[in-house]
Amino acid sequence: MLDPVDRAVVNLLQDGITVCDRPFAVAGAKLGLDEEDVIARVRGMLDSGVLTRFGPMFDAERLGGAFTLCAMRVPRNRFEEVTQIVNGFDEVAHNYEREHPLNMWFVIGVDSPARITETIDAIEHATGLDVVNLPKLEEFYVGLKLEA
Amino acid sequence: MSELQRKLLMAMQEGLPIISRPYREIGDRIGMSEEETIRVLGDYLNQGLIKRLGVVVRHHELGFCDNAMVVWDVPDERVDEVGEWLGKQHGVTLVYRRPRRPPHWPYNLFCMIHGRSRGAVRERIDALTLTHTLAEIPHAVLFSRRRFKQRGARYVFVDAKGESAGA
Repeated sequence: MLDPVDRAVVNLLQDGITVCDRPFAVAGAKLGLDEEDVIARVRGMLDSGVLTRFGPMFDAERLGGAFTLCAMRVPRNRFEEVTQIVNGFDEVAHNYEREHPLNMWFVIGVDSPARITETIDAIEHATGLDVVNLPKLEEFYVGLKLEA
Repeated sequence: MSELQRKLLMAMQEGLPIISRPYREIGDRIGMSEEETIRVLGDYLNQGLIKRLGVVVRHHELGFCDNAMVVWDVPDERVDEVGEWLGKQHGVTLVYRRPRRPPHWPYNLFCMIHGRSRGAVRERIDALTLTHTLAEIPHAVLFSRRRFKQRGARYVFVDAKGESAGA
């Protein structure tokens, strides 16, 4: 469980850290903590899996990367098998089962737009199922921050 | 982008070392000074190439146990207005316009709503559907049943040999 200090650290560091020589000291100063405390808490939360990573969120499209959201209608009796196949692709970033006739939803993230099509073709071939490709056309809001 | 800049982005993609002077360590790995590393990363943040440099949380471990994708069939002439509005509403984390795929998929506006319980998510959605902006707009709610994979936002770059790396 996170204690209130952990929560304060997460909430501050979701906003981002300063790019300077001692960023954890700067974060600590805002929270009334020592640099060592901030480092220890961040490490602890990375170890326990509360945090996945401490790093940059790139504007991937500007770096030549490409993403898309895909959906599939997977027969109930094939769901586990198809999950194994889809998750086996390195290009698949997230995969969720959702309550809808289109019941499998996953994100493909690759290094070029051409590889999106290749990956979709490969998934269709491997599963024998159609993939509905729903690329982002416009971004209105990305607020990934969640209050801890 | 220079080779050194590419190396810097690849090194950053692995995650920032959680130590007192992380940018010195990153710089050491790729042969860049701490000062230069800080300057270049600062530029990337200012230019928006890096949108944010911080922690990536696992929703579930933070107690955000449920999420729903809510999709709307908004008349094309209203999609900008509704999309902008939706992004300002409490509890809404992402808002994108995506293509319709008729006849089975009529929805063109997607948002995500995270909550600590299904009831909390449901309450937020109910409140949204009662608003003047969304009352007349057909929608569907796709609750998540299971999460199979969340590798976090890692991207792929071409490495020095011209091969794809990472992801």
